[in-house]
Amino acid sequence: MSNAGKTTTSRPGLSEQSTRQIELIERRLFLQRGLSLGALSLLSGCAITEQDSVQRILDNMSYWNDRAQAAIFDPRRLAREYTESAIVDPFPFNAYYSEDEVRVVDEKSYKLELSGLITSRKPWSVAELHALPQFTQVTNHICVEGWSAIGKWGGVRFSEFLARVGADTTAKYVGFKCADDYYTSIDMATALHPQTQMTLTFRDQLLPPKYGYPMKLRMPTKLGYKNPKHIVAMFVTNTNPGGYWEDQGYNWFGGS
Amino acid sequence: MATLNASAGVDWIRIHPLVVRVTHWVNALAVLIMVTSGWRIYNASPIPIFGTWRFPNEITLGGWLGGALQWHFAAMWLFAINGLVYLVYGIVSGHFRRKMLPIRPVEVLHDVQEALRGRLAHDDLSVYNAAQRAAYVTLIIVLVVLVASGLAIWKPVQFQPLADLMGGFQGARIVHFVAMATMVAIVIVHIAMVAMVPRTFPTMFTGRARRIVAGRTT
Repeated sequence: MSNAGKTTTSRPGLSEQSTRQIELIERRLFLQRGLSLGALSLLSGCAITEQDSVQRILDNMSYWNDRAQAAIFDPRRLAREYTESAIVDPFPFNAYYSEDEVRVVDEKSYKLELSGLITSRKPWSVAELHALPQFTQVTNHICVEGWSAIGKWGGVRFSEFLARVGADTTAKYVGFKCADDYYTSIDMATALHPQTQMTLTFRDQLLPPKYGYPMKLRMPTKLGYKNPKHIVAMFVTNTNPGGYWEDQGYNWFGGS
Repeated sequence: MATLNASAGVDWIRIHPLVVRVTHWVNALAVLIMVTSGWRIYNASPIPIFGTWRFPNEITLGGWLGGALQWHFAAMWLFAINGLVYLVYGIVSGHFRRKMLPIRPVEVLHDVQEALRGRLAHDDLSVYNAAQRAAYVTLIIVLVVLVASGLAIWKPVQFQPLADLMGGFQGARIVHFVAMATMVAIVIVHIAMVAMVPRTFPTMFTGRARRIVAGRTT
């Protein structure tokens, strides 16, 4: 009776019921959406956690590879030296920016700052660096991307410079800051390698801006991204300073 | 076979030792990671003599060069250690000698032709035919070449004599690439053959295969 009454008597009654039904449906839909949103966030949360743990494994493997490479690195093994006819011309430009954005460092205002575990922290001018004993090398520059190019670099043996400024060579790392906001760091064993060079010339000419004027670090035992250009500051430390690419995922040791 | 009758029985025989099964699947995973991340690394600087062609990024692993390098240099340990376990086992246990030898070119040619005609017999899965033996041994050699050329690319200064064998760093890249392409080709044929003889697939998990044997009443 009452049911029949409700369905037949009045439109308002019916519309009231259907309104309620619509409300219920909406609520159900809202709950469903809420649930699916919750489920989605749970899922994505799960995915994010999974991604994090995979990334953690990859990072740990990269640390492991740092140690493996340090063990493989032979401080007495020299990278091959080539004849000058093997030099690649033009030598490729490579940086995290394009060639038209190369920083031009002014010699007059330039100073190489030293800090950290170094006793003589007097800043160095370009002329003072050029006044130090120099050597040249014709070696292969290997980029992490896969290309390689032979060039000729001249400059100061880094191990001699470190001795001259009284660096603590029992420390673990040497860090570099560059005029182009690049930064990187190397292990002390590589810093002391005889071919590791504070480079001031390229092909017997003053190091051009695109190759790192006024000074870059050249290591034929490491990949290109470990060779910082336009160095304005260096420091000796026992805390790994990381690097521009290294902090984004490139292997820190980067040895070749 | 004509004498097969109702009293014929089914024999379960062990055809793949546990070490082979485990290293097979670990290797499959490691190779998948190595190949897909390797393609991404290749894309950063294609080998000049191969032109500017690149692998579609969608089928690569790592998202960018740095990510691909992380995958590649993590999975290389899995790939190399697993491969070493397999090689040592294969040599010491006599597995290689029993199952991979002999390899006679005439037989290989014959069995490849039979396979192409779809007439290759697989009555006894415990015995590899000549085409299989040749393919598996080639694959093992190619995997060793991949590790050696990979070491030369990773450490062209520390392992300079090894890199020199391949014509230096760039030569080692070409060797690594050609070995990869050969391996992928063998794997494609391998998967196609499994698809054609599907009962070989579960044997790589269970290690067992059914061999139909004639009954006693012959």
